[in-house]
Amino acid sequence: MAQAAAHDHHDHKPGFFVRWFFSTNHKDIGTLYLLFSVIAGLIGGAFSIWMRMELQEPGVQYMLTDGEPDGQLWNVVITAHGLIMVFFVVMPALIGGFGNWFVPLMIGAPDMAFPRMNNMSFWLIVPAFLLLLGSALIDVGAGTGWTIYPPLSSTIGHPGASVDMAIFALHLAGASSILGAINFITTIFNMRAPGMTLFKMPLFVWSMLITAFLVLLSLPVLAGAITMLLTDRNFGTTFFEAAGGGDPILFQHLFWFFGHPEVYIMILPAFGIISQIVSTFSKKPIFGYLGMAWAMIAIAAVGFVVWAHHMYTVGLDVDTKAYFTFATMVIAVPTGIKIFSWIATMWGGSIRFDTPMLWAIGFIFLFTIGGVTGVVLANGGIDLAFHDTYYVVAHFHYVLSLGAVFGIFAGIYYWLGKMSGRQYPEWAGKLHFWTTFIGVNLTFFPQHFLGAAGMPRRYIDYPDAYAGWNMVSSIGSYISFASSIFFVVMIIYVIWFSRRQAAENPWGEGATTLEWTLSSPPPFHTFEELPRVS
Amino acid sequence: MVRTTKFLFLAALAAAGLLAAGTAGAAEPQPWQMGLQPPASPVMEEIHAFNTLLLWIISGIVVFVLGLLLYVMWRFSEKRSPTPSKTTHNTLIEVVWTVVPVIILVIIAVPSFRLLYLTDRNPDGEIEMTIKAIGHQWYWSYEYPDHGNFTFDAYMVPDEDLEEGQRRLLTTDNAVVLPVDTNIRILVTASTVLHNFAMPSMGLKMDGVPGRINETWVRINREGTYYGQCSELCGTGHAYMPIMIEAVSKEAFAEWVETAKEEFAQVEQPAAPDAPLRLADAHDKADDKNDNKKTTD
Repeated sequence: MAQAAAHDHHDHKPGFFVRWFFSTNHKDIGTLYLLFSVIAGLIGGAFSIWMRMELQEPGVQYMLTDGEPDGQLWNVVITAHGLIMVFFVVMPALIGGFGNWFVPLMIGAPDMAFPRMNNMSFWLIVPAFLLLLGSALIDVGAGTGWTIYPPLSSTIGHPGASVDMAIFALHLAGASSILGAINFITTIFNMRAPGMTLFKMPLFVWSMLITAFLVLLSLPVLAGAITMLLTDRNFGTTFFEAAGGGDPILFQHLFWFFGHPEVYIMILPAFGIISQIVSTFSKKPIFGYLGMAWAMIAIAAVGFVVWAHHMYTVGLDVDTKAYFTFATMVIAVPTGIKIFSWIATMWGGSIRFDTPMLWAIGFIFLFTIGGVTGVVLANGGIDLAFHDTYYVVAHFHYVLSLGAVFGIFAGIYYWLGKMSGRQYPEWAGKLHFWTTFIGVNLTFFPQHFLGAAGMPRRYIDYPDAYAGWNMVSSIGSYISFASSIFFVVMIIYVIWFSRRQAAENPWGEGATTLEWTLSSPPPFHTFEELPRVS
Repeated sequence: MVRTTKFLFLAALAAAGLLAAGTAGAAEPQPWQMGLQPPASPVMEEIHAFNTLLLWIISGIVVFVLGLLLYVMWRFSEKRSPTPSKTTHNTLIEVVWTVVPVIILVIIAVPSFRLLYLTDRNPDGEIEMTIKAIGHQWYWSYEYPDHGNFTFDAYMVPDEDLEEGQRRLLTTDNAVVLPVDTNIRILVTASTVLHNFAMPSMGLKMDGVPGRINETWVRINREGTYYGQCSELCGTGHAYMPIMIEAVSKEAFAEWVETAKEEFAQVEQPAAPDAPLRLADAHDKADDKNDNKKTTD
């Protein structure tokens, strides 16, 4: 009795302001991250609809200033869309959101290792986002592309304060991510429940551990590069300026040394989520667990030595290009192991097709398409035809928009009941899945054709011959966006108005990880008594 | 899913067919085009061949993965397979799905490296002439150092000035005239920000970087007008600085060179020194040049 009373006392949640603004609770911080990501996602998505409206027909109809086509406005919008989606949607949702929520629950830890630092991570990303939005509104905006290549991003291309503001936004977002990474690494190495050895951890935890290392090693390089850019812009240094003995290509090396691991930062947590879901709904343990964990480690390690495949046209020496072609193709092998292991997990299983599983199967198929076009682009020779065309746009949206984002949706449906205590209606989840599936494929598949035919990316207007597929692509994007709005409305309804109580474990015998042993939603403080893993 | 994937498959097939058929015709994008532009240079011919190989391989992989997925979804659904197996290991299959992709990658790598080294350097034949393309915000200028070193700018023709038959966003006021069947070296650089000299039908794509000179080469197979567009984000006018190459016979090129020498200005360049320069001399010469400039102004 006394114990129960004490427990009740501990579960007493603080008041609204203290709970959500001074939070040190991993679940609440995870919720904040997810909420933030959805809001940022709607803004980033609105930008993409604006772009697709503009590209729906040849000529410039919407991006006008004083009735004249405004190429700078276009560039600002593509830049904002890219940076928002990478830093303020995908990373916060996968790492800050699901990572915070489920890493401690899955390893049986009471919370993250550094709860206050966790809070700081979140509250750094909010001003970062405001700075980024602000950079688009002041002066002429930062129209540099998300890659912020100098000299366009130097004072010669952007004399105003916009780029400086965008750099500060990235500084803050980077600091937030690095603090988060330190937190995850410490938590996973030190706070596993008794018996939970590294190779007993769920694959989602593995994916977060590897992602955290990628963040820790790559984000500081970006921070260094943009700081050098900042001093070039403001204090007369010439790191990236040929006239002063610097080199614009140096920035690209630094940027992509961060940028390539960054794409794995976005996809590895999705791999982890998909592994949990495929195993749960096949009612089978994951096939080739060790191979899956090592494949992620291999992808992460090789991911650090392939960066210049983004730079095949900058004038690299041919032997350098040959090396990067080779190294890039190597990544296809561990990626293939993952795809086949997921299918092998389903093989012999007893598969339920609830909404999370639909997203997971959609992920496997669409990620395969994005993967094979990646193998095409890996080749330094044929890249001359595809570099900086819509083929590249199609490729990276297949792995991110249809890969990472499918992973996010899969995770939301999988864990919504656990997080909110309310279960979504199956028909609504399935409607959301199918409309999104049709919409995104309609949006991005034709972009392969546009790119092959030579349409350059980052263009406000295009030759009339490209009109047909652009129209198809725009229609697809409207379907996808409508589907996203439906999703947001449905989630709001489920969380605040639905009475559909989620069970402790709605998925049955296949759901074996520790979070399913807790109530839905879990108590404010979990695992005060550590679980024992046999 | 089935509907969409059927569409994907048909699309892949159609793309492959279009590639095979697409050798003739104009060197510009066509409505509803799905494949690469028809090749006008040896490099682009090789890109076509390699792309066709890759398209078969990647379509095969996608169809294979899709087939497996559909099969397990059908065969191992809860209804057909009520009791799940507990298999989590099979060394043979794991080795197979590691080794087979490696073999596929080796099959890709051989033609890939051949193509890569071809794009770098013309294996047969000396370079016969050189041109230089310089990216500016937002136009290209060209220099012909082997033909009297004249230079001209090429601006996009704005929509309202287009004549019948001219391509919107692709036509420039001055075309880059080049001879066919000639090994041409192209030097690319830029004045302020990055640009990219791209010509899809010739497999050309080379960044112009301030402070650097990049080199690539082309040998144009057919006469005709070819269009490309700047392919590295360069600011407000990025979409408005196309590249238009007019490939003509060697004779017609020689004639054009004569008129071009008359019409266009000379590249202003420092006089070539006869003897090795000392720093002090260089300084004097620079002063001289500035003086000359003042007088000509």
